[in-house]
Amino acid sequence: MIGAIIILGALGLLYGLGLAVASKKFHVEIDPKIEAITEALPSANCGACGYPGCAAYAEAIVMHNEELNKCAPGGAAVVKEIAAIMGKEAVAADKKVAVIKCQSGGKNNTIFRYEYQGVTTCKAAILINNGPNLCSWGCLGYNDCASACKFDAISIDENGMRIIDKEKCTGCVACAKACPRNLIEIVSAKKRVHILCSSHDKGAESRKVCGNKTACIGCSMCVKKCPKAAIEMKDNLAVLNYDLCIMCGICADVCPTGAIFDPLKEIRAKKRAEAKLKAEAAAKAAEEK
Amino acid sequence: MGLKTFPGGVHSHDNKGYSRNAAIETMPLPPKVYVHLSQHIGAPAKPVVKVGEEVLTGQLIAEPGGFVSIPMHAPITGKVSRIDSFAHPAGTTGTVIEITGNGEDNWVELTDDQNYENLPADEMKKRIAGAGICGMGGAGFPTHVKLSPPADKPIDTVILNGVECEPYLTADYRVILEQTDDVIKGLKLLMKIVGAKQGIIGIEANKPDCIKKMRQALAKEKNIRVDALKLKYPQGAEKQLIYACTKRKVPNKGGLPMAVGVVVQNVGTAVAVYEAIRYQKPLIERVITVSGKIVKNPKNLKARIGTLYSELLEYCGGTTEDVYKVISGGPMMGFAISTLDTPMTKGSSGLLLFNKKEAEKDREYTCLRCGLCVEVCPMNIAPSLIVSGVRYNDWEQAEKYGVMDCMKCGSCAYICPAQIKLIQWIDIGKLEVGKRMRNRQQSAKA
Repeated sequence: MIGAIIILGALGLLYGLGLAVASKKFHVEIDPKIEAITEALPSANCGACGYPGCAAYAEAIVMHNEELNKCAPGGAAVVKEIAAIMGKEAVAADKKVAVIKCQSGGKNNTIFRYEYQGVTTCKAAILINNGPNLCSWGCLGYNDCASACKFDAISIDENGMRIIDKEKCTGCVACAKACPRNLIEIVSAKKRVHILCSSHDKGAESRKVCGNKTACIGCSMCVKKCPKAAIEMKDNLAVLNYDLCIMCGICADVCPTGAIFDPLKEIRAKKRAEAKLKAEAAAKAAEEK
Repeated sequence: MGLKTFPGGVHSHDNKGYSRNAAIETMPLPPKVYVHLSQHIGAPAKPVVKVGEEVLTGQLIAEPGGFVSIPMHAPITGKVSRIDSFAHPAGTTGTVIEITGNGEDNWVELTDDQNYENLPADEMKKRIAGAGICGMGGAGFPTHVKLSPPADKPIDTVILNGVECEPYLTADYRVILEQTDDVIKGLKLLMKIVGAKQGIIGIEANKPDCIKKMRQALAKEKNIRVDALKLKYPQGAEKQLIYACTKRKVPNKGGLPMAVGVVVQNVGTAVAVYEAIRYQKPLIERVITVSGKIVKNPKNLKARIGTLYSELLEYCGGTTEDVYKVISGGPMMGFAISTLDTPMTKGSSGLLLFNKKEAEKDREYTCLRCGLCVEVCPMNIAPSLIVSGVRYNDWEQAEKYGVMDCMKCGSCAYICPAQIKLIQWIDIGKLEVGKRMRNRQQSAKA
């Protein structure tokens, strides 16, 4: 009994000493800044900065002079914190959000070519006859984007449509990478007018195959009416250059199918109607005079 | 004596009774054919005809797009009416040359070369390549490429694949039974081309009449034998067939049969090779099985390449019930297609139709870790671990457990009690891991 206690005690002491010596001798100097920045980062490890995780990004900032505003989930607050740690000045990057460029795709507003019974992911569905959707460009609706999102920003409404929560979305690109049809674009959160169709089919075809008839039919009305020449026709599809767009909403007004989304469309229409009424009244008054 | 076979595999119902006794019927000429430019593995063929051009049966309409490629020939006489995108039996779309027939069947001139057996090997290969022959078992690898191994890989054995282990299919069975002599002539030519000393014809034990007939025909041949193989799926897979017949193991990780001195060809291909070398006849027709419980008259049809499946079905009297699922090829490795307006290709061995009760699938359940998939896997890899790797984007794990060695025979998915669609998961893994491997190779080069 006593022998055992002595032997174990001695062993414990020996190993303890060994560890103590090793920790002194093999001590690795870590820049405290790296630890501080890692601490400041949101630890989502989402990869939006282009590094495998928050710690790697922190290391890159300290060791390789990486830019300070690459953390999309952190936003302005984190940039400020990192700037304080590094003793540098930095401007927060524009907040970016994901936009799904398809208005179909839910189980209630998609036309199916066949009944799909395979593995329920978009990546798998696209392998069988290029997906069950009649439209060969549109959203498949098996939620690869939602399962890739680490911020719970993509939800599904009662029609099976994917809704992006702009508050939660950090623009980390995970969903865009997961989408096998490349429907998701990351754009500045300030931009509100979007062309929500990705079909390169010819007009008649895309109109026929679209589940809720909101496909771009390539009529070029928006291209002609855009005051800033921000819209271009690329292979039967209108493509918006967000850098030139001033969000005037004219394109959404002239679009015959509703493929262009403008949240202020109704308000603008109302305002225009009021202005028209006013002008008419003014003209009438002028006539009467 | 036990029958020869390989380790692993599953025992499935062979369901060949529907069409087994239907002798090969020649299908009447279709009004239109749709010839795909990509019916094989390798570069797609390049069209050499223009819309509006008149073509004769057997005329060259597309030339090979490279060495690993084959030319295409007009299956009927008529006018090229369209070159456009069209449904492909592999469940994708591809470019087709559409020919509208004029009801006649005027062939380009065929010669009968009496001296065909004594031609030099290079000339024989040239004729095979010129006839546009690719493997007719399903994968469609260009035959002349398979017959051109590098000089340091001598071939001593040619195996003819008459196993037809896929359930339902009886096309090869009928070919062996009805064209026995042509098959043997084809095999002899193949042996001559690669300089092989022995020829083996592998036939599954559920075709005793084929084995008997073949053995009788070969009674005087000393260096060709017929191997009766155990009824098991996938007995007709290339590597499994080689093992069963010769006990030689083709290495995993991309090993080819030539590494063990063997070339395997389908029996249908052997017939096409014989016809190509003797008559210089291009491959424009093949035997295809149209079968299924709901098909009114299941048949083995000799049809022109590019005939629509809908026309084949119509010729068989249509179906007795509503069609729920259509498979191009065999039920284990074939492709589900979404429209019957899909043309047959040189690799189309079957058209199978199923009703809802036969084909409806339950949902996937959680893996039970029972290990049945590992037990039946003929490639000796671990399907369940590959699938869990793919499911959670752990591509290293998928690669480590052999996702690239999988030949997608479907034994694991057939046996899985949790009804996990293993092959579809593995398909995703093959795409992703393949991409990663190519990237790695490129960065290693750079």
